[in-house]
Amino acid sequence: MATQVTTAPTAAPRIGARRRRRMREGRVNWGLTIVVAIISLIVLVPLYFAVAMALKSPAQTGTGTGFNFPWPIHWGNFRAAWDLTNTPLAFSMSLLITVIAVTGEILVSSLAAWAIVRNWHHWQFRATFAYLMLALFIPFPVVALPQVKLMAAIGLANPFGVAILHIMFQLAFNVLLFSAYIRGIPGELEESARIDGCTTWQVYRKLVLPLLAPIAATVGIFAFLQSWNDFMMPQLITANPKWQTLPVIQYLFQDQFTTNFNVAFASYLMALVPTLIAFLIGQRWVVSGIMRGSIK
Amino acid sequence: MTATALPSQHTATRSRGGAFGNALGKLKKLFFPVAPTYLFMIIPAIVLFTFFIIYPMVQGMFWSFTNYVGYGTWHFIGLANYQAAFSDPTIRDSYGFTLLFAVVACILTNAVAMSLAIALNAKIRWRAGFRTIFFIPMVLSGLVVSYIFTFIIGTSIPIIAGVIHFAPLESDILANQHTAWLGIVFVASWVAIPGALIIFLAGLVSIPSEVYEAASIDGASAWKQFQKMTFPLLFPFFIINTILTFKSFLNVYDICVGLTGGGPGTATTSVAQTIFSGFFSGDYAYQMANAVIFFIITLFFALFQLSVIRRRGGSL
Repeated sequence: MATQVTTAPTAAPRIGARRRRRMREGRVNWGLTIVVAIISLIVLVPLYFAVAMALKSPAQTGTGTGFNFPWPIHWGNFRAAWDLTNTPLAFSMSLLITVIAVTGEILVSSLAAWAIVRNWHHWQFRATFAYLMLALFIPFPVVALPQVKLMAAIGLANPFGVAILHIMFQLAFNVLLFSAYIRGIPGELEESARIDGCTTWQVYRKLVLPLLAPIAATVGIFAFLQSWNDFMMPQLITANPKWQTLPVIQYLFQDQFTTNFNVAFASYLMALVPTLIAFLIGQRWVVSGIMRGSIK
Repeated sequence: MTATALPSQHTATRSRGGAFGNALGKLKKLFFPVAPTYLFMIIPAIVLFTFFIIYPMVQGMFWSFTNYVGYGTWHFIGLANYQAAFSDPTIRDSYGFTLLFAVVACILTNAVAMSLAIALNAKIRWRAGFRTIFFIPMVLSGLVVSYIFTFIIGTSIPIIAGVIHFAPLESDILANQHTAWLGIVFVASWVAIPGALIIFLAGLVSIPSEVYEAASIDGASAWKQFQKMTFPLLFPFFIINTILTFKSFLNVYDICVGLTGGGPGTATTSVAQTIFSGFFSGDYAYQMANAVIFFIITLFFALFQLSVIRRRGGSL
């Protein structure tokens, strides 16, 4: 600021500052900007297509490509899809699974990781860590057949069972993330809290958990995206089609959608929009959270 | 809670209260010689993990040596399921398709993500906006995205290709058993690229811009800069991405279901889909043997991953 005032005291200072910043950053590469803009169409065009299809009547689609602009706008598809697939119920099921999975993954894995890291000098805890890491090598398809039977046998062939399995399959990765983070927190803090009379639970709740907020956000974002968009587990675990999540509902209604693609696209759009809005609002969080998780 | 130990006293702490018998107390001391609070933190995780993942895993391995069909009586048949699986064309084809798909999609995803990361890190206009656009596919459901692309690839593109007389796309590539896998590669990469892109961008941010300024002053061309500086510095991130994307592509399921349903015929039936057929076709034990084979392959890649990461001294 000081240099700017001394070099351009008479000119409008804001324009001067901006020009100086531009010069320091170098020239904008317009050629590359155009290339990137063209490539971005690969992402944007399918999204436009989904919106355009959802806002058209079957007559407007006709036998065309579906890319034509939806005019006049036909809102009725959303109403039809909403009623046909019972969107509110499917939405609630997706939300239920996601909320349980996000909370559960953060709590179960942060507790386990903290207990393990703070007792690392006992072989028992090192062994526990190694044992939990086994899950890194077990993808769902490998255990699916016995697992589906097991969930049905104990009455968990429902969204709760799906949420529990989401927590379990992510346990290894989450414990890994949390324990790497906890190792960076000095134990002296916790010791002084104990001297002040905190029990182990209180230390966890009042001191450790708040300190874990950044990595808990990372775990939570991964959990949210995975649980909300998962198709494989709810499809196979949940026995009653009524309690299915948004993605599975799209699958179950495929046969009925083939008679009216526009209703189908309205339904797809309603399934996509919640995460899209959540992402656009919390973009900075999501991206930095994923960066933190991937570099650890 | 008054007996909660200070961290320095872990080993000396004895279990409190009479709930544990003397022998039990000794056992507990052998296995978990710490304050009970820590046990309450760790034991639920161990118990749930054992019950929900390890127990079905062991059970599945057990069934793979039997002729169990999911209900009724059964007896041991030794390795017969495995022998049959190795000579079963359906299973062999599913591995062929899955591995080919995973390798090609992995290369495509990483190549595109790396180029995009470099472009999005350069001095372009509306950089933040473009980044947002390219991140979007990451948050969308793979199945729903597949349904959207089914219509675009199957209906819209053939019409457009017909108008401009571009023969290869004039018919639905998803309906052709030789080209359907290309559609799956495209959509799976479309969904997977943002995740890899974020990791590459994180890598690029860690390279100081002074390095490039010095290189341009020394007269290094853009290609030379990429070859000698960017790529070597990005290499660790390239390894992470390759491993992550390859592992998730091996489990491909929802994109196959959404785009082709495994068809035409069984041309794009992935390993996961083949295993799940054990629910319906009376092949329960047989597909468990397939699952165990799949597990061994996954394990092989996972161990390879660990050795690579250990070699570069990472923590993951």
